[in-house]
Amino acid sequence: MFALAELKDTIRIAPEQFNLKLVEAIRDEINRKLANKVLLNVGLCIALKDIVSLKDSIILPGDGASHTEVIFRYIVFRPAISNILTGKIRNCSHEGVHVTLGFFDDILIPPTALQHPSRFDETEQAWVWEYPLEDGGKHDLFMDVGEPIKFRVSREIFEESSPIGPPTSESMKPGTSAATTSTAGQAGESKTPYRIIAAINESGLGVLSWWDQQQQEDDEAGDEEGEEDNNDYENDENGEGAYEE
Amino acid sequence: MEIVNPCFSVLSNFEVLESLKNIKDTKKKYGLRNLATITYETLQYLEESPCKHQNRDVICAFIKDMQPYKLTTNELLMMVNDPPSSALHIQLLIEDSEERLTEDQVNEIIEITKKHFPGPPAESS
Repeated sequence: MFALAELKDTIRIAPEQFNLKLVEAIRDEINRKLANKVLLNVGLCIALKDIVSLKDSIILPGDGASHTEVIFRYIVFRPAISNILTGKIRNCSHEGVHVTLGFFDDILIPPTALQHPSRFDETEQAWVWEYPLEDGGKHDLFMDVGEPIKFRVSREIFEESSPIGPPTSESMKPGTSAATTSTAGQAGESKTPYRIIAAINESGLGVLSWWDQQQQEDDEAGDEEGEEDNNDYENDENGEGAYEE
Repeated sequence: MEIVNPCFSVLSNFEVLESLKNIKDTKKKYGLRNLATITYETLQYLEESPCKHQNRDVICAFIKDMQPYKLTTNELLMMVNDPPSSALHIQLLIEDSEERLTEDQVNEIIEITKKHFPGPPAESS
């Protein structure tokens, strides 16, 4: 789910940082620029791993800072398509189930990629997997907020969200700074730079306790056939409780 | 900013955990708030994951033991990040596992995983 990206950039070191060692100053500057930001088609930048090479530093007329071309490797979060990840349910809505990893929030499981058959419970504001029982009935498995969930990455969407990017956005005008900040605010709200679309419509995927339970049941069924029914019932009622023990 | 290679190599969760711990230890007193945030949040996620109890030698040994099963790098990486505990789990991580692995092999893999990644109680140092 993590990868190293090799990047090249010219780093400006301001005169007040000249007391630092060049490498240290450059590391800080790169981290300041990239950490916790999404780089288009690369992923979410986490932290600098190492510097590959530094070119000679140059100074430009009229600027006291030094500029150094540097090639470096950065740790980025970018799970490959079809990878399996584990996260927590952030919330449920009509759009589907939103999942968070703590450091990355923009993961959506659309309704079509949930276990089948699922429905959205309006009162609980949660998606429910209507697990079919052998006797023709169904057992409701709720997807509550905060529960750990395993999912498969099915698609990634990168979007250009920064107003300072290539001049594709027509709203971008070289006007006052106030105008720029307001467009930046709007763009930030409407667009998410990196989104992951996930799926849980396979056996083994979904809320972890669903499958833990089933395994327990299987084990118990193997050990003592006679007690199976009772255990079944207890496990279902306890849900999380059984898992915690 | 120029992107030389967007995916120079893949990293296991353990390697990321290690680097981030280093960064946290040599913490800077000034500025870098974004770095502090993402480091903290990512560390929190990783410390809840199985990689907390891994180390370099264990992972190398595991990969060596898995060689005969002819898995792809990506599949191995996923298995290191999320050691499989059941046949169902293996089926998820490995594409076409029914065709590529026999039932015995699946059981062997579970045994190997258990041997190398016993989980929290045995290795919580």
